[in-house]
Amino acid sequence: MNWDVIAENLPLYLEGAKLTLILAFASLGISFFLAIPLAFLRNSENAAFRYTVMAYTLVFRGTPLLVQLFLIYFGLAQFGLVRESVLWPWLSSPMVCVIAAFVLNTTAYSTEIFAGGLRHIPVGEIEAARAYGMSGLVQARRILIPAMLTRSLPLYGNEMIMMLHATSLASTVTLLEVTGVARNITLNYYIQFEPYVTAAAIYLVLTFALVSAFQLVQRRWAGYLESRIG
Amino acid sequence: MVADYAAAILSAGSTTLLVAVLSLLVATFLGLTAAFAKLSASSGLRAVAGIYTFVVRGIPDLVIMLLVFYSLPALLNQWIEMLGWDFRVEFSPTAAGIATLGVIFGAYMTETFKTALQNIPRGQIEAAIAYGLTRRRMFTHIILPQLVRLALPGFTNNWLVLAKSTALVSLIGLQDVMFRAKGAAEATAMPFTFYLIAAGFYLAVTLVSMLLLFLVARRFDVGTRKVLS
Repeated sequence: MNWDVIAENLPLYLEGAKLTLILAFASLGISFFLAIPLAFLRNSENAAFRYTVMAYTLVFRGTPLLVQLFLIYFGLAQFGLVRESVLWPWLSSPMVCVIAAFVLNTTAYSTEIFAGGLRHIPVGEIEAARAYGMSGLVQARRILIPAMLTRSLPLYGNEMIMMLHATSLASTVTLLEVTGVARNITLNYYIQFEPYVTAAAIYLVLTFALVSAFQLVQRRWAGYLESRIG
Repeated sequence: MVADYAAAILSAGSTTLLVAVLSLLVATFLGLTAAFAKLSASSGLRAVAGIYTFVVRGIPDLVIMLLVFYSLPALLNQWIEMLGWDFRVEFSPTAAGIATLGVIFGAYMTETFKTALQNIPRGQIEAAIAYGLTRRRMFTHIILPQLVRLALPGFTNNWLVLAKSTALVSLIGLQDVMFRAKGAAEATAMPFTFYLIAAGFYLAVTLVSMLLLFLVARRFDVGTRKVLS
């Protein structure tokens, strides 16, 4: 066993864990603000909005994230127009491509989760808001968005964990997050067992921390939805 | 030229589908076993099933795949060397891919089947016992038909995720749709075109699966009471 190699390289793993968390939370953070308006459009009375958002979520939920990532990172270089544009230094950077792919992907899932939450708000709450004379924007801000988010919490929690795990794909485009670090160590030291086991352990700890934090949040903000019997 | 590469990519669709279907079989078997273990009276079985689903759902699919394909043979070979035997273990990407996806989605299936089993009304089991059905007949005649109906939405969802996850097997060298797309992209300097063809393939699989499973769900819903609105 070569655990001393792992001990020597522990700082690399810590850097990797930092990058993993940055990738996950940057993608989730950006997508959160995109998914809320999209969820409203997904339930809009206007069929054009509704079907456009539906087509977007269908395509991004119906194809593997790996394909989406490769389309953006490797695919865009096919077009001369993109290569010569001022954005190219950005678009050729793995970090930007990874976050773009993750945001597009997780926004599709989050939109459907939030749209589902929106559909399950009791009609009475919306009628009450109208009866109080709230304008559409005030209704959305005070009633619809908070109710939608609390009802979506359990599913959104799953999506956050999925996103945390999806960051491992960033290693396929040279980024050194936890999986990338493990891969480099296997290549540099010719050991196959310890590096990946260490990576797996790190993900387990991160997942467990995220799940625990989420249970607290759930009890704090969505506790009122749980049945009070018993 | 584009057409030739496109044909090569799509012809690998059979490999992707084969891996997906075989993984689904492994996952269904593991899921059913672990679901019964989680609901069993034995605390040992419950703990084993609990650890299985916790560990598998806490690690990214890609990392589990690398563990199975690289770490597991490395460990086995170390043991073999210590025992002084003269051979080496190596997994084929196909076998490693099917085993990995089976184990991963077995954990997701466990939760699906467990919830479905818990939602079968208790009175029906009691009625079956009262009628003197043997355990096996109770399973095939009472539990299984309802399990299929109750587990189908979750099962569908798991299958859709599984079909997409097969793309990861290309990373350990299995010649599936994704692997061929990468090959074509590198050979022609037209990566967007060929990854788009691969994306189209996965989207088609998703759409066809959604349609088929919708039809199956309608069949199994026959005989349930609908709330009329």
